[in-house]
Amino acid sequence: MTTVAKFDIKYTQYIDQDGKPTSKKLPKLAKDIDTLKTLYRSMLRIRTLDTKAYALQRTGKMGTYPAALGQEAIGVGFGSALNKEDVLVPYYRGQAAMVEHGVTMEEVLLYWGGDERGSDYQHAKEDFPIAVPIATQCLHAAGVAKAMQLKGEKRCVATEIGEGGTSEGDFYEAINVAGIWKLPVVFFINNNQWAISVPSEIQTACETYAQKAIAAGIEAVQVDGNDIVAVREAAEKAYEKARKGGGATLIECISLRLCDHTTADDASRYRPEGELDEGWKAEPILRLRKYLESMGEWDDEQEEALKAELAKEVQEAVDNYLNTAPDKPEAMFDYLYSELPARTMEQRQYAIDKANNKGAK
Amino acid sequence: MSAITLIEAVNKAMAYEMENDQTVVALGEDVGANGGVFRATDGLQKKFGPDRVIDTPLAESMIAGVSIGMAAQGIKPVAEIQFMGFIFPAFDQIVCHMARMRHRTRGRITLPMVIRAPYGGGIHAPEHHSESTEALFAHIPGLKVVIPSNPSRAYGLMLAAIRDPDPVIFLEPKRVYRIVKHEVEDNGEEYPIGCCFVDREGTDITLISWGAMLHETHQAAEKLAAEGISAEVIDVATVSPLDIDTILESVEKTGRAMIVQEAPKAGSLGSEIAAEIAEKAVMSLLAPIGRVSGYDTVMPYYRLEKQYMPTVDRVLEEARKIMEYK
Repeated sequence: MTTVAKFDIKYTQYIDQDGKPTSKKLPKLAKDIDTLKTLYRSMLRIRTLDTKAYALQRTGKMGTYPAALGQEAIGVGFGSALNKEDVLVPYYRGQAAMVEHGVTMEEVLLYWGGDERGSDYQHAKEDFPIAVPIATQCLHAAGVAKAMQLKGEKRCVATEIGEGGTSEGDFYEAINVAGIWKLPVVFFINNNQWAISVPSEIQTACETYAQKAIAAGIEAVQVDGNDIVAVREAAEKAYEKARKGGGATLIECISLRLCDHTTADDASRYRPEGELDEGWKAEPILRLRKYLESMGEWDDEQEEALKAELAKEVQEAVDNYLNTAPDKPEAMFDYLYSELPARTMEQRQYAIDKANNKGAK
Repeated sequence: MSAITLIEAVNKAMAYEMENDQTVVALGEDVGANGGVFRATDGLQKKFGPDRVIDTPLAESMIAGVSIGMAAQGIKPVAEIQFMGFIFPAFDQIVCHMARMRHRTRGRITLPMVIRAPYGGGIHAPEHHSESTEALFAHIPGLKVVIPSNPSRAYGLMLAAIRDPDPVIFLEPKRVYRIVKHEVEDNGEEYPIGCCFVDREGTDITLISWGAMLHETHQAAEKLAAEGISAEVIDVATVSPLDIDTILESVEKTGRAMIVQEAPKAGSLGSEIAAEIAEKAVMSLLAPIGRVSGYDTVMPYYRLEKQYMPTVDRVLEEARKIMEYK
């Protein structure tokens, strides 16, 4: 017997949960205080948004919402590393990357507030809307990447998926084709340990999710998803490789969901006792704060000022969302086709009349 | 001008539009060197190269999902699903994304793309190669579902499907891929999507059909004429969105309506057409609406296929019954 192929999975962490460097060879980003402060602000902004959205749901002003508490470093890390002309194909808990790439917080709130206009992005014009059916977005990302390749463009695509989503066929089909066609796409697995109530031991027999890339013939990377330096560094490298024609990468980012799956979930039914206490010690925002503090670059005063500024920024988005009146009833019809079929025109008029209470005798 | 079959018409229309529009690409399983298992893409890879006629791995959801991504970026995919019976892994992508993207993004992202699939029975194929499940797609808002019945329509409707700004499911009745030839000029002229075609004018009864069943319907109309019954024959062609006005106009003229379809009866397109006639033209009817269809059974394996498929005799029998109604 001979060994015909051999593989290993490398894990990267630069800053540990106490905010201390774990390696002497740190990437440039670890010394780039301005960028780190920008990333810190972005992470805190998303947490502020998530917290606010949760409160809105609890007070009846918002539908079901999937917060991403504890996972801010993943979306902010890889979202901020994208160029404007790159394309993001998000998953449903993808607000961190979406906002980094130009989707407004108001649009995020509109979407989860039950309004399609939330996916009519005013800035991130080419980014995909949220795909709710799990893993389906991976194929769209591969398709966008294929189009870029056919057009000879030097752009790339980023897409995100939960670790549970990697059990879906569409995920495997997407990484498989991305490998065969050497597509400029980067798949990020947001491994937050929980697929609603299902933990990893029920999701996979693999030691890592990253190793699924091996069967697709693409590069496998695993990083500490609570270390934004590690996430962003891995993302930058993978994007650069993709843009240069080097093909796809799968990056598993290990984190922990510090909230319920959505506002409709109650994680106390399945989460082991003590997990949250440990999780809050390892979360990414606190970690970066400790790191910045250890270098004398952050203090309580700056923290309070930033929090006040972000509260105001998020509140503005919330006000805009709440002040947006529901769309007209004909909006149900007006975007179905380039031209509404004649027989559906009748229903459109009926819906308008009903909404205006005409003919209601 | 040359006489070509339905499958050749599909091929010619794709070639014409790929020549005409550099953004059109064909993709699917075995579409490249092999030219498709039915030869729909025969010679296209040689002519346009492997970047525009793309052999994919064996994964139907991938074919649909990747096409969606490409279409969003200005490439116009014409994707082949090898047999309609294998379209179900792609059903999620078609129903949840392809049909909805324009609506979901308020028109920001549109998907001009075509998914083609051979469909229907009558070629003695294995299980899952013979079903007629067009109603599953016709039920989904946001999709257009087109079924050509002959070579001319296949050429013109395929061109229209590729040029359409919305996603189109293009179902090719494989039983009639090669049974007739039409003189078709390869001039890039399309047939409109969203229109029924009155194939034969008549005054006594309206026979409504689509796809391969048009052939039995036409034969029946011919025989009815010999019996002194003047049948109008309508090729529905676009099963969604349905051009119900043309059908109603005909039924109001003839006073009798009959639908001929290969698909099972319950919850079918025939049900929808019958309901529309009942809602909007019941006062014109001189007899109950008739339906000749496949049975509400699983499509049998091919030893019983003939017993399942509607025949000219079944069409005639139902038509006479309607004519005799008092």
